[in-house]
Amino acid sequence: MAVGIKLNPAQAEENMTGYKPPFSKQEAIIEANRCLFCFDAPCIMACPTGIDIPSFIKKIASGSPVASARTILRANPLGASCAQVCPTNVLCEGACVVLTREGDPVKIGRLQRYATDHVYSNHIDVLEAPAEKSGKKVAIIGSGPAGLGCAAELAQLGHEAVIFEKEELPGGLNTYGIAYYKMTPAISLGEIEMIKGLGVEIRCGVQVGIDISTSQLKEDFDAVFLGIGLGKSHQLNVPGEDLPEVIDALDFIAQIHSDPLHEVPVGDNVAVIGCGNTAIDALTQSKRLGANITTIIYRRGETDMPAYDFEFDLAKTDGGEFLFHTLLKEVVANDEGRVSSLVLQKSQPGPNGRPEAIAGSEFSFPCDMVLKAVGSKKQVEMLSSLFPDMEMNANGTVKLDPATGQTSVEKVFCGGDCANGGREVVNAVAEGIKGARGIHSYLSGASAESPVQPSRLGVDGAPSGSGFINPIRVTEQ
Amino acid sequence: MADLSINFAGISSPNPFWVASGPPANSAYQAHRAFEAGWGGVVWKTIGEPIVNVASRYSALNVGQAQIVGFNNIELITDRSPETNFREIAEVKKRWPNHAVIASLMVDTREQWHEYVKRSADSGADGIELNYGCPHGMCERGMGSAVGQQPKVLEEITGWVMEVATIPVIVKLTPNITDVTAPARAARRAGADAISLINTINSITNVNLDTLVPEPYVAGQSTHGGYCGPAVKPIAMNMVQSCAADPDVGLPISGIGGIGTWRDAAEFIALGSTSLQVCTAIMHRGFRIVEDMIEGLNDYLDSKGFETIYDLSGKSVASVQNWNTLDLHYQRVARIDYEKCIGCNLCYIACEDGAHQCIDLISPDERHGIGPGRLPGKPVPQVREEDCVGCNLCSLVCPVEDCINMTPISNGKEPLTWKQYEERLAKGEMASIPPHP
Ligand SMILES: Cc1cc2nc3c(=O)[nH]c(=O)nc-3n(C[C@H](O)[C@H](O)[C@H](O)COP(=O)(O)OP(=O)(O)OC[C@H]3O[C@@H](n4cnc5c(N)ncnc54)[C@H](O)[C@@H]3O)c2cc1C
Ligand SMILES: Cc1cc2nc3c(=O)[nH]c(=O)nc-3n(C[C@H](O)[C@H](O)[C@H](O)COP(=O)(O)O)c2cc1C
Ligand code: SF4
Ligand code: SF4
Repeated sequence: MAVGIKLNPAQAEENMTGYKPPFSKQEAIIEANRCLFCFDAPCIMACPTGIDIPSFIKKIASGSPVASARTILRANPLGASCAQVCPTNVLCEGACVVLTREGDPVKIGRLQRYATDHVYSNHIDVLEAPAEKSGKKVAIIGSGPAGLGCAAELAQLGHEAVIFEKEELPGGLNTYGIAYYKMTPAISLGEIEMIKGLGVEIRCGVQVGIDISTSQLKEDFDAVFLGIGLGKSHQLNVPGEDLPEVIDALDFIAQIHSDPLHEVPVGDNVAVIGCGNTAIDALTQSKRLGANITTIIYRRGETDMPAYDFEFDLAKTDGGEFLFHTLLKEVVANDEGRVSSLVLQKSQPGPNGRPEAIAGSEFSFPCDMVLKAVGSKKQVEMLSSLFPDMEMNANGTVKLDPATGQTSVEKVFCGGDCANGGREVVNAVAEGIKGARGIHSYLSGASAESPVQPSRLGVDGAPSGSGFINPIRVTEQ
Repeated sequence: MADLSINFAGISSPNPFWVASGPPANSAYQAHRAFEAGWGGVVWKTIGEPIVNVASRYSALNVGQAQIVGFNNIELITDRSPETNFREIAEVKKRWPNHAVIASLMVDTREQWHEYVKRSADSGADGIELNYGCPHGMCERGMGSAVGQQPKVLEEITGWVMEVATIPVIVKLTPNITDVTAPARAARRAGADAISLINTINSITNVNLDTLVPEPYVAGQSTHGGYCGPAVKPIAMNMVQSCAADPDVGLPISGIGGIGTWRDAAEFIALGSTSLQVCTAIMHRGFRIVEDMIEGLNDYLDSKGFETIYDLSGKSVASVQNWNTLDLHYQRVARIDYEKCIGCNLCYIACEDGAHQCIDLISPDERHGIGPGRLPGKPVPQVREEDCVGCNLCSLVCPVEDCINMTPISNGKEPLTWKQYEERLAKGEMASIPPHP
């Protein structure tokens, strides 16, 4: 029993593909023809970037994938990533009327992938920055989906955008964090090349606050957008946490995205602490890289877990095991100082709903690798060092105007995980775009229109429209 | 069990389903297969003086995932010799004495017609169909639709046929004409025993946007073809009903055009057909489709208490009347079943952009903020019944079965036809109905 390399390159590659395979042209057209071309389509109301879904699907059906991709990418410059990583069950596809009618929605995500794949694999540019520039410069801190969404929108509005990124590669969690079998980093990086093609500059390896100060940024630029995401995973605060095989799940996942797949070591018996979507991703990826037994250890019950049902199902399909109502007391090492087991204890909900240990229920659990996934820390520290005056919400997120992303600090706008506390890529992109439009009106006094579902234009009456303004959220069915 | 057998102008057949003259009726081999599958008759691929065909020959109209909604061909009559065809007809008749085999003919001169009519009878065929319908190729040589489009010529040539005919004669009509009853009446005057309709409609189905040459493509060119398949059914039924309703036609009708299911068949029968012919649907899926047609028609007749085809035949003819006799005071309105509504709002936009603007989208607040499809914030379509003109559009676009029902409502008014309205208006008995705002 040990942490090490379990698979050869071909096995590793095979295990890490095929989550939602791409459509062939014929499959795409058949699927596209299932769309009813709804008016005031609920799928649009459920897409945080408000993509005009019936329109892009109709263009696939009529044999115009380029026009389709244009519709997608104008609303969401990370449309290719979102096509693969969006939890569509609770977004667009969860709201699709065809789901209500026949129990199986139009596969919007896979159609979106078909159209965006088409333009990327044929090197067709569908977005354009205007030739005439405003002369305004905006600094963007963080090259994750929020920063990229903001930069792409600013470039299309004629402003100059420069992104500062502390890591070697741009993209944030979209490059380093998404489960590998959902999307490879190459997709994220390809999309970033497209955004650079709009004139956006990305300076990697520059940590704002260390390599360059925020006051310098505010001096050199007309506005600043903050999209630094969330921090590391929370500490477990148990004995043995410092052992070498106790790893932040985010670091494990990041390694999968930086090293060749077959060079990422995993244990035989992996325990994942926590039961959110990151925990599930850590479990499925360690299993797919050759772990023998993978177990989620969660202090609450199955109905309490924050992970989506479809993610839970995926973990079970991959052979993951679950210990609910179980607390981690200690990580135990062998003589060589390697993790060899855990001390666990059963729990039950206390009077205030919090899990409480059941006395005398301790037991030992064999384990050689522990992945910590008990939620990411808010960036309070980082934020207060960057902008000491910035007003924060009680939950550690940045206080801002949701329509424009404007913060309490002059010139500074914000969006993405650091503003919303951690949601999806598509939310971060939408907030980046809102920030860009906020900056645009801040700089030019002109308002950038919010996308309204085109079919609504000119029609008075009932509430309607685009998920960009006020996305609806559907429950899983 | 209903009795599906028919006696069509003297031609008896175990059921009304005949293979229409076309590729599926090209040879004895196919006729055997057709009868084995259950078809009641075969109208042989049109026989005449030898011709030569081109490649390619067919094209289709596809709509979404539905393939061959319409079908187009530029084929001529049979490319096999008359000797082969008549010999094979004799073979088929020998093996299937109780099934109907009809020789379809198309020739030019009076002498030729006489010769082919006699040879048909000699082969043992149960009847003859005169192909006056082919709209491509043959018409350029003065045959096919060139005959069917001129009642005088049709009457004369049919007269030649009747001079020597000893077996029943069916005249097959072309739809490429303004009033189909004119050639139908001419057929009657010439003494024909029955009519069949429709043959194919002039068409170009699609242009290849790479070559800019329509399909079917023949060495850089194409030609006007003949259109058939499901898309032509409404046109065919309109013509069948017109002939059935015309006392000056008064002949048995073999209905053709887009038939593929027992439902199509039942509709053609209700509009006045007794025999039915099928070509495209067989070309699409083979002879085996007849199994469902027979069973379905039988079950339908049973369910309605009809004992034979003749109990159903023509039942719908009289309900098709001149517009002038329709009741101006009859009213129905669209009602939406919110239990079924999925919230696509296609009814809303259809009425808004394509009809009379009488559906509103209202806030879902009264429904606990939940709109159709049980979605939060989703607007709810609501018909303003007082403005609804009862046109059917919303119910036609609704993708959910029985979700929008066109419900008759009573307005307490006596029935009133346009004719009555004009009369009463003239007499000053009533005020004029105000124009729609
Ligand atoms: C394991 C995991 C799996 C996920 N899977 C999915 C999924 O399947 N689908 C989905 O939609 N969402 C998923 N998410 C969520 C999604 O990745 C995030 O919501 C999204 O990436 C947030 O974008 P962001 O731009 O706000 O932040 P991030 O993506 O975190 O990007 C922030 C960027 O800022 C940089 N940065 C931070 N501080 C500085 C500084 N001082 N100077 C310069 N640069 C700095 C960081 O290096 C980083 O590149 C997942 C998240 C995790 C953790
Ligand atoms: C390829 C093809 C060839 C045809 N050839 C003939 C023919 O030789 N003689 C004839 O009377 N009708 C011919 N027809 C017309 C059919 O008999 C029939 O009238 C028409 O196709 C409409 O019926 P459908 O919709 O069932 O196909 C042909 C049709 C097709 C598609
Ligand atoms: S971006 Fe995501 S939520 Fe929006 S349509 Fe595409 S897959 Fe659906
Ligand atoms: S809800 Fe479904 S059917 Fe309607 S437009 Fe959206 S994808 Fe198409």
